[in-house]
Amino acid sequence: MTAIYKHRLFWPIVALLTLIVVNAVARPQFIKITMRDGELYGPLISILRESAPLMLVALGMTIVIATRGIDLSVGATMAVSGAVALTIIDGSDDPGNVGTVLIACVVAVLVSLVLGAWNGFLVSVVGIQPIIATLVLMLAGRGVALLITGGFITTVNSEPFAFIASGYLFALPFAFLIGLVAIIVLSLVERRTALGVLTEAVGINPEASRLAGVRSRSIIWGAYMVSGMLAGIAGLIYASNIKAADANAAGVFIELYAILAVVLGGTSLNGGKFSIAGTVVGVLIIQTLESTILFLGVSSAQSPVFFAVVVVIVVIVQSSRLRDGLAALSTRLRSRSEADEKVEVA
Amino acid sequence: MAAMTMARAETRTKERGESPVQTFISRHGGMMPSFAAVLILILLFIGGEIFLRGDFITPRNISALLLDNAVLLVLAVGMTFVILTGGIDLSVGSVMAFTGILGAKMLGDGVPVGIAIPAILLGGAAIGLLIGILVQYFGVQPFIASLAGLFLGRGLAYIVSLSSIKVENDAVLWLQSTRIRLGDWYITPTGIIALTTVAVAAFVLHLTRFGRTIYAIGGNEQSARLMGLKVGRAKIAAYVISGFCAGLAGLLLTAYSGAGYPRNGIGTELDAIAAVVIGGTLLTGGRGYVLGSMVGVFVYGTIKTIINFMGAEQSWMQIIVGSLLLLFIVVQRAIVARSEGRR
Amino acid sequence: MTADIEVPPIVEMRGITIRFPGVLALDNVDFTLRPGEVHSLMGENGAGKSTLIKALTGVYAIDSGSIAVAGERQTFDTAADAQEAGISTVYQEVNLCTNLTVGENVMLGHEKRRGTGIDWKATHREAARHLDSLGLQLDTRSMLSNHSIAIQQLVAISRAMVLDAKVLILDEPTSSLDRGEVEQLFGVIRDLRDKGVAILFVSHFLDQVYEISDRITVLRNGTLVGEYPIEELPRDALVTKMIGRELEDLAAIANSSHRSIDRTGTPVVKATGLGKRGVLEPADLEIYEGEVVGIAGLLGSGRTELVRLLYGADRADEGSVEVHGEHARLHQPRHAIEHRISLSSENRREEGVVADLTVAENIVLGMQARQGWLKKIPKKDQDAVVQEYIEALGVRPANPNALVGNLSGGNQQKVLLARWLATAPELLVLDEPTRGIDVGAKADIQRKVAELSAQGLSVIFISSELEEVLRMAQRVVVLRDRKKIGELEAATTDLDALIDYIANAGEGTAA
Repeated sequence: MTAIYKHRLFWPIVALLTLIVVNAVARPQFIKITMRDGELYGPLISILRESAPLMLVALGMTIVIATRGIDLSVGATMAVSGAVALTIIDGSDDPGNVGTVLIACVVAVLVSLVLGAWNGFLVSVVGIQPIIATLVLMLAGRGVALLITGGFITTVNSEPFAFIASGYLFALPFAFLIGLVAIIVLSLVERRTALGVLTEAVGINPEASRLAGVRSRSIIWGAYMVSGMLAGIAGLIYASNIKAADANAAGVFIELYAILAVVLGGTSLNGGKFSIAGTVVGVLIIQTLESTILFLGVSSAQSPVFFAVVVVIVVIVQSSRLRDGLAALSTRLRSRSEADEKVEVA
Repeated sequence: MAAMTMARAETRTKERGESPVQTFISRHGGMMPSFAAVLILILLFIGGEIFLRGDFITPRNISALLLDNAVLLVLAVGMTFVILTGGIDLSVGSVMAFTGILGAKMLGDGVPVGIAIPAILLGGAAIGLLIGILVQYFGVQPFIASLAGLFLGRGLAYIVSLSSIKVENDAVLWLQSTRIRLGDWYITPTGIIALTTVAVAAFVLHLTRFGRTIYAIGGNEQSARLMGLKVGRAKIAAYVISGFCAGLAGLLLTAYSGAGYPRNGIGTELDAIAAVVIGGTLLTGGRGYVLGSMVGVFVYGTIKTIINFMGAEQSWMQIIVGSLLLLFIVVQRAIVARSEGRR
Repeated sequence: MTADIEVPPIVEMRGITIRFPGVLALDNVDFTLRPGEVHSLMGENGAGKSTLIKALTGVYAIDSGSIAVAGERQTFDTAADAQEAGISTVYQEVNLCTNLTVGENVMLGHEKRRGTGIDWKATHREAARHLDSLGLQLDTRSMLSNHSIAIQQLVAISRAMVLDAKVLILDEPTSSLDRGEVEQLFGVIRDLRDKGVAILFVSHFLDQVYEISDRITVLRNGTLVGEYPIEELPRDALVTKMIGRELEDLAAIANSSHRSIDRTGTPVVKATGLGKRGVLEPADLEIYEGEVVGIAGLLGSGRTELVRLLYGADRADEGSVEVHGEHARLHQPRHAIEHRISLSSENRREEGVVADLTVAENIVLGMQARQGWLKKIPKKDQDAVVQEYIEALGVRPANPNALVGNLSGGNQQKVLLARWLATAPELLVLDEPTRGIDVGAKADIQRKVAELSAQGLSVIFISSELEEVLRMAQRVVVLRDRKKIGELEAATTDLDALIDYIANAGEGTAA
C-alpha cells in the first residue's frame, strides 16, 4: 500500500483522475464516447486529439531536461516547420497530392532536426547554458519563419495535409496516433537500450559520465535533435489544424506548457531521473484542465491564471521545505500520541 | 626547504599587477563585455550615419531613441538585479501588461491618479514578491517561479479586460506628451523617469551594502550566506524590484500608447533579457552593470531604428537580436572559460 | 607559545547531542577551546568533526547540550549569529566571491560608509590594513579570481579579522595548498595564536597537525575519545584512538607489494613525450604487467595532469601513447577504456560517482558505456557483476539499490573501484583513491589493489601521502613544477629520501 502511495506517478495520476471525475460529475456527457462512421468522438477523444502537439513537444523536452538542459526554442521550431511545409505545398502545382505533402512534411521535419542539432551544438560543443543557447533560436526562429512565409500567413487547401490534424485511422484521431507512436518509440528505446540510464547519468553528472567513457556530448546533442524533430512534427500538426502557417502564433508559450507537463510528471528540472509516463500524464492533466477551464465559461485568454495556480501548488508540493515541514509535524504528532499512550499506561 | 618554498610563495604574491595595463585588467576585466557593447553601439551609429548619408545621428533621432525605449529600459533595470543574483525573471512582459491594463481600467473607472499609480506599482511589486518567495523559501528554480508569474500576469490582464482600454487621464498622458526641449533635443517625463530609474539602480548596486550583497549572491550564494550576508532578503528584494520596475513599465507603456491592452508585452521579457546580456551582464550572475544594460537597450533600439529606416522586414529584428545575443554569449563563455583556466 | 590552562576557555561545549534521521551524529560530546591555542579536531570521516563545527557555527541546531562563548551561553540560528559572537570559519572550498575584488571580499557587509553610500576609498584602505597585518601586500582593487587558492584562503582569514574573530575555525584549509603555501598559512596561524585568537584546526594531514597544534581532541563515531596536549599523544597512539584498532593490516600490505617486476618485455602502456602547453612538460612513462607505479609530487606538480593526458580526459598537444607496443590514439576517455585503461579521478564527488544513480547503476556504468547504448547489458549479468564486487570490496550498505550519494566517502570510492574493475582493465590509474576516507576503507582498497597487481594488473597510484605511495608501488615517478624529474625504486627508497628528492633533486638552484 505504501509502495503505491510513494510511487512518483501516484500524485499526478490522482490529479488527473480527480479532474476527470469532477468533470464527469459536473457534466456527464464529458465521459461519453460515441462512434460515428467508425470514428470515435467525445470530449475525452478531443482531449487526446488536441493534446498531440503538446505531447510531442513535452516528450522531447523530457529527454532534454533529463540531460540537465532545457529547450526554449520548441515553439519557434514549430513555427519554422509549419512555414517550411506550407511554403512547399503552396508553391507546388498540386497541393492536394499526397506525394507533395509527404515531401513537404519530410523536409519540414529535417529542417527542425537541423535546428535541434544547432541547439545541441551550442550546448554540447560550445558549452553554453541550455537556457541561453536555446533562447537564441527562440528569439531568432520566429524571424526565420516569417522570412520563409514572406511575412504573411500562408494558407493552403490540401486534403492530405489537413488529414494530419483532423483525420482518423483505426477509429482514432490520426494526430493522437502520432503522439502514441512517439510515446511507444521513446519508451522502447529507453527500456530496451541503455540510453535511458546513460542519459540520466549524463544529466546527473556530465563530467563523471564522460570520464566513465559515456559519450556525453553525443547524448546531449542527440537529445536536442530529438526535441527539435518532435517539435517539427508538432508544428505540422498545428499548421494542419489551422490549415495555415502563422509564424507569430504557432507554438506560442508551448515551451512553457511542455516544461510544466514534464514537471507535473515528476521529472526534476535538475536533470537526471526522468519519466516518460509521467510526462504523458502531465500533458493529459494540462489538456484536461484547459478543457475544464473552458467548460467553466472562462475565456481561454484568462486560463493562464489557473495554470499559474497549478504551477505554484505543484512546486510547493514538490519543495523540500514543505516535505520537511510535514515530516517534522508528523514526528511531533507521533511523539505526542506516544506520550499520550504512555500517560494512559501510567 | 622551508626557506625555499617561502621565497617561492612570496614571489608568487608579488608577481601580480605590475604594469598599469595588467593592473587595469586585473581590476576591470569584468567590464570588458560592457565596453564591447559600447563599441557596438558606436559602430551602429557610424554605420547608420554612413548608410543614411549623415541623416542618422540627429538630435531628433537620439531623443526618440530614449523615448521609444523608455519602457524596455525600465524593464532591463529590474531584470539586471535579478540576473545579477544568478536568477531570471520571465514574468516582466506580462506583469507590465497586467499593470498597464489595470491602470487604464482604474483611471477609466474614475479612480484618482494618486491611488491608481501607487496601486499598479504595488501590483507589480506584489507579483515580484510572490516569485521571490517561491525562489527563496520553496527552492523553486527562478525560471519556473517566474513562469508562474508570467501566467499569472497574463491571465490577470485578461481578467481586468479582454480588450484594450483607452486612457484619457491628463496626468498620465502628460508623461508622454510633454516635451522638454533644448534646441532640437527633447526629453519627455517618461524618459526622465527611465533615466532616474537607471541612476537610482546604479547607486543602489554600487554604493549600498544591499547592492553589494546582490553581487555576492551572484558570485557564490553559499559563500554569501556563510559570510553572514542577508541573502534571503536580498534575493527576494531583487524580484520585488524587478516586479516594481515591470509595474512602472506598465505605467510608462500606458502613457506611451495612450491605452492599456492585455496583449501588450508578449515576448518583451526576452527583449529585456537580450538587452541585459548584450549590455555585458553575465547570465550566471555576479558580473554586470546597470549602465551596461542601458547601453544594451540602446543597441537594441538602434538596431530597430536602422531596420525601420531601411524599410526592411521586422522579422530581421528578431534574427539580428538573436544573433547578437549569440555573439555576446559566446564572448562571455570565452571570458568565463579564461578566468576559470587562470586559477 | 603553548596555551595556558589557567586562561578561562573562550568556547565551552557541553553534552552536545545532534540527531539526524536514523543517526546519532553527536552523542554527549564536550569540547573546550582556549584563547591563544591551536586545537586540532581529529577523527575519521563520519566521526562527527564537521557536525561539531556546524553546531558551533550555527549551521545545525543542537538537540541537547549547551554552548558558551566567553562564558555566555549562546544559541546560534544562523552563521551570522555565530560571527556576531566572534566565531569565524574558513572552509576547505574557500567561501568567498571570486567575482568581487579582494578588498570587497575582506570587507563585505562591513563596508565603511559616508552619508548614504559606501565610501570605497576608506573601505579599501581598511581592507589593506587588515591584509597587511597578515603580511599580505595585495592590490585590494584586483579581482579575487586573479589570485591563487592559497591567497584566497589568507584573504578569508583577513575577513575573519575584520569581524574581530576571537575564534577562528579552519576546516581542512590545507588540502589544496602546496608546501610553501602551507608554510605561509601556518605563519599566519601562529601569528594569530600569539595575538590570543583561539584556533580550531581540522586536517587529514598528520604532519601538519603535529606541526601546528598545541592540543588535540579526538572523536570517534560521534562520541568524545578525549582531549590531549600534543606532547602526550604520539602519532601511533592518535591513529589508534581515531580508528580504535591497530594498523597491522596496512603494514602487511607493504610486504606483499615489494615484488620484483619483469621489465624486459613490452610495457603494457608506454607514453613518450606526453605533454600540453602550460599544463605539463613532455614526460615519458612506462608501466609493465603487474607493476604498481607510484606518482609522487606536490599538488600542482603535474601528477594529476599527467594521468589525465594519458587517459584522454584532457587532450595532449604532443607525445604519443603505445598500448602493448602499438600506437594508440587516446583523445577521449572512451578511447582509453577501449584500450583497457581506466582512470579513477581524484575528485570523487565531481568526476567520479553519479550521486543520484544507484550503487548497481554506478558500477555497471563503465561497462555499459564501453558496450555502447544500443547493447544493454542484460539485467541478470548486471546483477551478477554488482553482487560480485559488492562482496569482494565490502561495500556498505551492501544494497545494490541504495543511491550512491547517500554512501560514505570510503564506500563511494569502493563503488568507483568496482566500476573500473568491472571493465576488466589492464592498466588501472588511481588518483588519490584514499583521500578523505576512513582508515578501514583505506586498508580495504590498498589490499585489493595489491592483490590485483599480484595477479597481473598494472596500476598507477597517485597519493599525497608519500608513505602510502612507497608502500603500494614498486617504482615511483617524481614530478615537480609540471615536469617529471625522475624515477626511484621503492624498495631502495625511504620516506626521507623521497621527500628530499621531491624537494631538491636535479636543482642547482634550490633557492
